[in-house]
Amino acid sequence: MQNAPTDPGPLVPRNRDAHPPGYDPGYKTSVSRSPRWPLLSLDSTRTEETGPVFGHGLLGPLDNNLILNFSKGEAPAVGERIRVHGRVMDEFGRPVAGTLVEMWQANAGGRYRHVKDTYFAPLDPNFGGCGRTITDEAGVYEFLTVRPGAYPWPNRGNDWRPMHIHFSIFGTGFGQRLISQMYFEGDPLIARCPIAHTVKDRGQLDRLVAPLDMAGSRPMDYLAYKFDIVLRGRRQTMFENRMEGL
Amino acid sequence: MVQPLEILMETASQTGGPYVHIGCIPTFAGLEGVYPEDLGKRAIEEGAQGEIVTITGSVYDGMGWALRDAMMETWQADAQGLFPGEPGADPAVNGFCRFAADGETGEFTLRTVKPGRVAKRGGGFQAPHIAVWVVARGINTGLQTRIYFEGDDHAGDPVLSRIEQRPRAETLIARKTGPGAYRWDIRLQGEGETVFLDM
Repeated sequence: MQNAPTDPGPLVPRNRDAHPPGYDPGYKTSVSRSPRWPLLSLDSTRTEETGPVFGHGLLGPLDNNLILNFSKGEAPAVGERIRVHGRVMDEFGRPVAGTLVEMWQANAGGRYRHVKDTYFAPLDPNFGGCGRTITDEAGVYEFLTVRPGAYPWPNRGNDWRPMHIHFSIFGTGFGQRLISQMYFEGDPLIARCPIAHTVKDRGQLDRLVAPLDMAGSRPMDYLAYKFDIVLRGRRQTMFENRMEGL
Repeated sequence: MVQPLEILMETASQTGGPYVHIGCIPTFAGLEGVYPEDLGKRAIEEGAQGEIVTITGSVYDGMGWALRDAMMETWQADAQGLFPGEPGADPAVNGFCRFAADGETGEFTLRTVKPGRVAKRGGGFQAPHIAVWVVARGINTGLQTRIYFEGDDHAGDPVLSRIEQRPRAETLIARKTGPGAYRWDIRLQGEGETVFLDM
């Protein structure tokens, strides 16, 4: 029955200290939405080690250009023009090639194009707020967009989200699935944000902050920010294929 | 001092937030026209081999309130236990599906083919199951869990057999409600809390 498909290799167990705890009362909604029981930790199986593969046929020519993809190239979105780029790699520094990267964000005024967002900053008729691309052989991706605005949100009395872009990354196995957020170097609201501070490891939070990258910018056109993303790795040693216990 | 270990740390997760749909299911957010259609709209195409099943449920918080803003993704094998991309896999099975809890009722529906048993590394099989990943506002790191099916032989399954408190295993088993119809709820917290996985 089985055609002996190649073994993609087991995933390295997730280092849970790299991630925020489920329960963090500073982010109030997490209080009622976080499990109280510990997660059940197990070796990955073929289910987590395989995952959907999306080809370039999925992509339209403007999918990674949020300045133009909502108006279909008719008129550019309002805001500070930026290029966001980086590499997707695994814990061993190996590039994750050919993987889908999705992103979404508020417009330059801090308003999302979502039926549930009622913030009075106006929608931009030429900005949708989502984009996607597939990494190249070196794991590199890039987007052209406008810098999202900060916005207030109901949590404590006066909480504001720092400027941020949401990222969704697939990797090569469903167990690598990750959603995160990218922040911008120098934003004073990062230090005050309960969502950013769900990440307890300071180095891990710093790695969510994209530096300004002048060399990656284009004079008289756009600034650039670099955001590298690390996914879980796979164990790859010749000792994996032993009979269990031997 | 020791030699430097050149290992990177996985990028920290952050909540998908209330507007996760903009990036993942744009039409649910009311955002039309950027992509021809939402990604992962269907788990299967016409002609998929095997038993077609519909699984409905809700995602409940610690108060028993159904989330209206949860997003789920599923990944599964075809009826033969083969994942998309594996040699011989059913080309009509996408395996991947993405769907949201309804904005009014909180209910979700997954229509798919019932997966077959999946071979374990080193021999034996996992019982038929669908991997689920849940994200929402207030969930800081996406939660992994699984759907198994009432009436299947679950002996030897590596996940179900590892749950020490037997009643907790029930949280992963979809209940048959009619021909080809199952009910499976996610309880994020409190009584009947779903078993979430770290795999």
